Amino acid sequence: MRPVETNPEMSSGFYTLFYKELLRFWRVGFQTIAAPVITALLYLIVFAQVLQDRVQVYDEIPYTKFLIPGLMMMSMLQNAFANPSSSLIQSRVTGNLVFVLLTPISNREFFAAYVLAAVVRGLAVGLAVWIVALLFFPLSIVAPGWVLTFAVLACAIMGILGLIAGLWSEKFDQLAAFQNFLIMPATFLSGVFYSIHNLPPFWQGVSHWNPIFYTIDGFRYGFFGVADSSPWLSVAVVSSVFVVLAIVALRLLDSGYKLRL
Amino acid sequence: MSSAAIEFEHIHKTYLAPHKHWWDRVQKKPKHGLMALQDVNLRIEYGEFFGLLGPNGAGKTSLISILAGLSYATEGRAWVGGFDVVEDFRRARRALGVVPQELVYDPFFTVRETLRIQSGYFGLRNNDDWIDEVLHNLGLTEKANANMRALSGGMKRRVLVAQALVHRPPVIVLDEPTAGVDVDLRRSLWEFIARLNKEGHTILLTTHYLEEAEALCGRIAMLRGGRVVALDTTEALLARVGGAGLEEAFVQIMRDDRTAQEAL
Repeated sequence: MRPVETNPEMSSGFYTLFYKELLRFWRVGFQTIAAPVITALLYLIVFAQVLQDRVQVYDEIPYTKFLIPGLMMMSMLQNAFANPSSSLIQSRVTGNLVFVLLTPISNREFFAAYVLAAVVRGLAVGLAVWIVALLFFPLSIVAPGWVLTFAVLACAIMGILGLIAGLWSEKFDQLAAFQNFLIMPATFLSGVFYSIHNLPPFWQGVSHWNPIFYTIDGFRYGFFGVADSSPWLSVAVVSSVFVVLAIVALRLLDSGYKLRL
Repeated sequence: MSSAAIEFEHIHKTYLAPHKHWWDRVQKKPKHGLMALQDVNLRIEYGEFFGLLGPNGAGKTSLISILAGLSYATEGRAWVGGFDVVEDFRRARRALGVVPQELVYDPFFTVRETLRIQSGYFGLRNNDDWIDEVLHNLGLTEKANANMRALSGGMKRRVLVAQALVHRPPVIVLDEPTAGVDVDLRRSLWEFIARLNKEGHTILLTTHYLEEAEALCGRIAMLRGGRVVALDTTEALLARVGGAGLEEAFVQIMRDDRTAQEAL
């Protein structure tokens, strides 16, 4: 019997997987975009009210203005992590990830789709926080290139971490542990609310080993033209972390780790 | 390169013991653990309706998983439409449609969105004509805009079949597609699949309903303990084992090593 021919119009499935991951968070935008904006705004109002006249971080920069980029970055980091991790754990627990695994989508396309969707969600949340903050506190950007560079790299790093966490976690509580014991402390203790120059020398040293610190510090440099470290050092550290995490994630995908048993 | 629709060559599959560390899990080929498949060799020609039978844990789903790229073989090679499932996975997966055993779905989307997304995964972005045809043939037209969560179990099963067919694969694998579905769906499903087979699609079916396999399959392989213990045409199997029907033949082959040797 003459075999049925494979449909010759088939091309890459990357765009659909990327679009599906965007659609997933856009459909529940109230939870995925509006909620983090409200949380960031609450932090801003409370901390600005309490600390505005008591803390001076850099010369001529009021504490409230100092805080806004930190809160933007914290929201971006947490949401960029949440996008692939929650999508993967849900798809794996319910079993519908099989519909992706059965297709010709390669590991690199799979990686790119999840990480890019994480970047888009992170940037959407960051932009929303900035716009809402602008309604209350005017804040201009000194170096837009640095702002964009650090925003994209930071979201990409957290997107990859979210991908790894989504692969590693077999249950929702494991993912929650990853989020509560690693991501939350790493973001909170990296200079969102303070300059590390206000810390004792020991903790300043510890902060320099936290890659998340460089994402916030470099991002803040883009707004004020002043930061705790050089933006070039920050971009070098953040880029290196991105490359290392990308290699780890792709190695896990190539090995079929918990996906293709 | 294989010239068959499906071919397995010396397939072995060993699953890693569950207590192993993560660094053991990043190795594709564990040497120790649960042996699910042992030296499986099968060749299924284009246009066949082929049955893969065996008790629970015999290795049917493991074999299908290797074919579909859901699992890596510890040893051996497999081809779909002549394409190696590891080295040429894109073309192998484009040639293959799989209806999974579990009733899984994405609760975010409607039936039509689910099928459009599945088409998109294969790089098909203007596939609505074929999607409409599949929906019609599976009795899903009226449910096209319903959310997946709102469907009954039988309807969800139909969507699973539709998802496997969105890219018009020449080779279709059905892993226990009628488990827990009503008579009406079972009949309409088999009519549709039989029509696809007549049009030239190759069908590989696993089922515990042996009367279905007897009625539909031209050839049958039986697995036990990860090995092929019987492989022949349905007629020849029935004649050689001498039972009253396929169920009787199946029971005898599973119980008796000597009968199994004769059936190979």
